[in-house]
Amino acid sequence: MGILSSSSSITRYLVKGKPDIPAYEFVEKALKANSIPEIDESVSGKVIGWTSFETPYRADFSGSSFSYGSFFVFSLRMDKKVLSPKIVQKYIAIETEKRLKSTGREFLSADEKKMIKDHVVNLLNLRIPATPNIYDLIWDHDKETLWFFTTLKSANEELETLFFKSFKLSLIRLFPYTMADLASDLSGSHKDELARLSPISFYNNG
Amino acid sequence: MLDVSVSYNRYKFLGQEFLTWLWFMVEKDPQQLSETVPKLETLQIGNRIKLENSRNRMMETITIKGDEAGLEEGILALQKGAVVTELNLVCNINNYTWQFTIKGESLHIANLKTPATGPLEEKTDVEGKILEKTYLYGEAIQLIDNLFENFLKTRLSSDWKQSVIPRIRGWIYA
Repeated sequence: MGILSSSSSITRYLVKGKPDIPAYEFVEKALKANSIPEIDESVSGKVIGWTSFETPYRADFSGSSFSYGSFFVFSLRMDKKVLSPKIVQKYIAIETEKRLKSTGREFLSADEKKMIKDHVVNLLNLRIPATPNIYDLIWDHDKETLWFFTTLKSANEELETLFFKSFKLSLIRLFPYTMADLASDLSGSHKDELARLSPISFYNNG
Repeated sequence: MLDVSVSYNRYKFLGQEFLTWLWFMVEKDPQQLSETVPKLETLQIGNRIKLENSRNRMMETITIKGDEAGLEEGILALQKGAVVTELNLVCNINNYTWQFTIKGESLHIANLKTPATGPLEEKTDVEGKILEKTYLYGEAIQLIDNLFENFLKTRLSSDWKQSVIPRIRGWIYA
């Protein structure tokens, strides 16, 4: 569902402000500083960062790889290791049994159970690769607008957080109120009217 | 400006009224849409309409889908007090066709299909392809902006209560 897909979904944003000058160098530096790290051989279960549009599995922002005409085009990548609860349960049972045998006790404390669970999750995370989810974006820095190619709530929330962390610029999501208040050519009196607006019903007895 | 989550929930209705108005305009006054929205040649209802009725404290969802689907059930749902929450549209601009779904409460654009672009044959074509797609997305987004602004100006005018609501009700209950 990315930019070049035959069918796309888009969430629209206003960008509050422009990147520091020179914009290209500023954006490149911020992208590199917040690019996605690989977690396949680590115990991390989830990681989020920027990646390049053309090589999403290798975050490379060198050269002009994120600048197309007057737009910045890159992607948000969310890698997550998905562990089956049944597998976690199986290994917890095995580790618990080992522990009880080695200590000669019949029960484990809550702390010990938590330690075993953490150990099992870390061990399994080391063994399985992360599943990548990639969401493209187009940032028109002249017009201060951004199109994000997904309508998934979780991805949009991560975008808003990472964008501010990386560029120190806020994103304002466009929905009916913000479209009316910030993105439309309404007069002052129309905006006053908007503030007082309440729903009407087309139902005949409404 | 109002807090984002407060304003999102408080003004959901505006997007739903927009879609209901848009369906009415497409059916009853397409000429006015073409005259007020630059470049628009035709605008038609596409293959999906979703409505919600929360009257009588019961949430009822009605979805009509299919390329040849009749819209009578949608009108019936409007008669019972439903509002349009998603609307699929097909529009023509300069002899090219775009199809997309607008979601009322968020104004998200879903399943956006632009006119076909050529295949990507060389890696060096990527920039041209991106710029072409960006232009095509921009055309659909500009159209939605123009339609929404048109609606807003009508919605915030005295005409809304005096003539638009009676006309929409006339269409629903005809």
